[in-house]
Amino acid sequence: MGEIVLISVVSMGGVGGVLAAFLAFADKRFKVEEDPRVERLVEMLPGTNCGGCGYAGCRLFAEALLKGEAPPTGCVAGGHDTSAGLAGLLGVEVGDHKRLLAVVLCRGGEAEAGRNAEYRGEMTCTAADLTGADKACTYGCLGYGECVDACDFDAMTMSPNGLPVVFYDKCVGCGACARACPRDIIEMHPEDHKLFVYCRNKERGPKARKVCSVACIACGLCVKDCSVEGGIALKDNLATVNYELAPQTEESTKRCPTKCIFAGIEEQNTKANYRATLPKEAV
Amino acid sequence: MKLIMIFISASLINNFVLTYFLGICPFLGVSNKTENALNMGLATTFVMTLTAAVTWPLYTYVLVRFNVPFLEYVAFIITIAALVQFVEMYIRKSSPALYRALGIYLPLITTNCAVLGLALFMVLRDYNYLQSIIFGFATGVGFTIAMLMMSGIREELEFADVPRHFRGTSITLIIAGMMALAFMGFAGLMSG
Repeated sequence: MGEIVLISVVSMGGVGGVLAAFLAFADKRFKVEEDPRVERLVEMLPGTNCGGCGYAGCRLFAEALLKGEAPPTGCVAGGHDTSAGLAGLLGVEVGDHKRLLAVVLCRGGEAEAGRNAEYRGEMTCTAADLTGADKACTYGCLGYGECVDACDFDAMTMSPNGLPVVFYDKCVGCGACARACPRDIIEMHPEDHKLFVYCRNKERGPKARKVCSVACIACGLCVKDCSVEGGIALKDNLATVNYELAPQTEESTKRCPTKCIFAGIEEQNTKANYRATLPKEAV
Repeated sequence: MKLIMIFISASLINNFVLTYFLGICPFLGVSNKTENALNMGLATTFVMTLTAAVTWPLYTYVLVRFNVPFLEYVAFIITIAALVQFVEMYIRKSSPALYRALGIYLPLITTNCAVLGLALFMVLRDYNYLQSIIFGFATGVGFTIAMLMMSGIREELEFADVPRHFRGTSITLIIAGMMALAFMGFAGLMSG
């Protein structure tokens, strides 16, 4: 017994030692000189590998930065400070860093939009959407929270009403939630966009109204009320904001019968504010 | 004749990927472009051949000699890990482009069960040294064939109208299953 243990230890130790020596030699022989700036750039980045920049991880983004392929403002998760730091190290001007935010374009929670079936199965939006899902509105939020699961920054939660809520103090704009949503309800918008149509239903008015009380029924009132010609248009039975033209104010939204278009409340939706709205026992 | 048998058996009939379902991770991960698939296949073939060439003497002259063959798993794993490390260093030096293309999958060859499987099968089937090397090489060739076929299909798939929820991994797995079925057709090749 003792002998086997001894042989095992010695033979494995020997094999390991020989391999280690071989690797140590190879390491010296095949050493690659790397630009030390890569390491410093990587340290400045958030290191979350969220993919919001379009590169597979922070390291590849840093390498692209050095080659001049990526702009220093490319890191959406880092925000303005990171951009400035990166630009400082690279010795280039910081461009205009526009913060992107996730906007959930559906307000039809449990109270507003009904369910017309019972769904039993994998509790993810993608799986539910494959079956046609239980929600009466075939364009609306399914409420299984796949976007919340996709968020790496603790910036989303499901409200008691069954809709995702984005905390705008936490959202870094990486777009993971928008990619996760099987119904494309979440869109990424620069923070100077204020006016949103919170509905994706492309059915005609009466049909949309039947499945949800806050659906866009394409009545065209906001189109008429918009002070700039073409600022808001009807497209596929949905009011659509043209962000290059439309003033980002409330004026065109006052007469909306279902209150599905409104402006300028998103950035107040911080985690602390959201918690304050919840009933005490839920916090 | 035995060598040819081993070669055809390991590369086609008992293809590691499509018959034993070993090495699925790189098979699904790096098969989106033919070029990357070929490079990954070649790197794996190289590692496999080297593994066979190194582990056979290790098993025969160390483990069997000192009567501790039960250490084969440990010994094979550290040998494979060291070899992959070496290949990684070498590729990084000689071809940075290939190094970037393989990315995370290169270290993953270390934990690629096909490589360990090859070393264990080799011992199990009592191959001699030359047969082991041919077996290692043939396994790599089989892996490369599977990778190349998959990447070819996946490149065409880019233009196909796949239902949205089947895109990506789902359709790849379905295709892998169909390819495995097709490879079952090789099963009778050597018996008759």
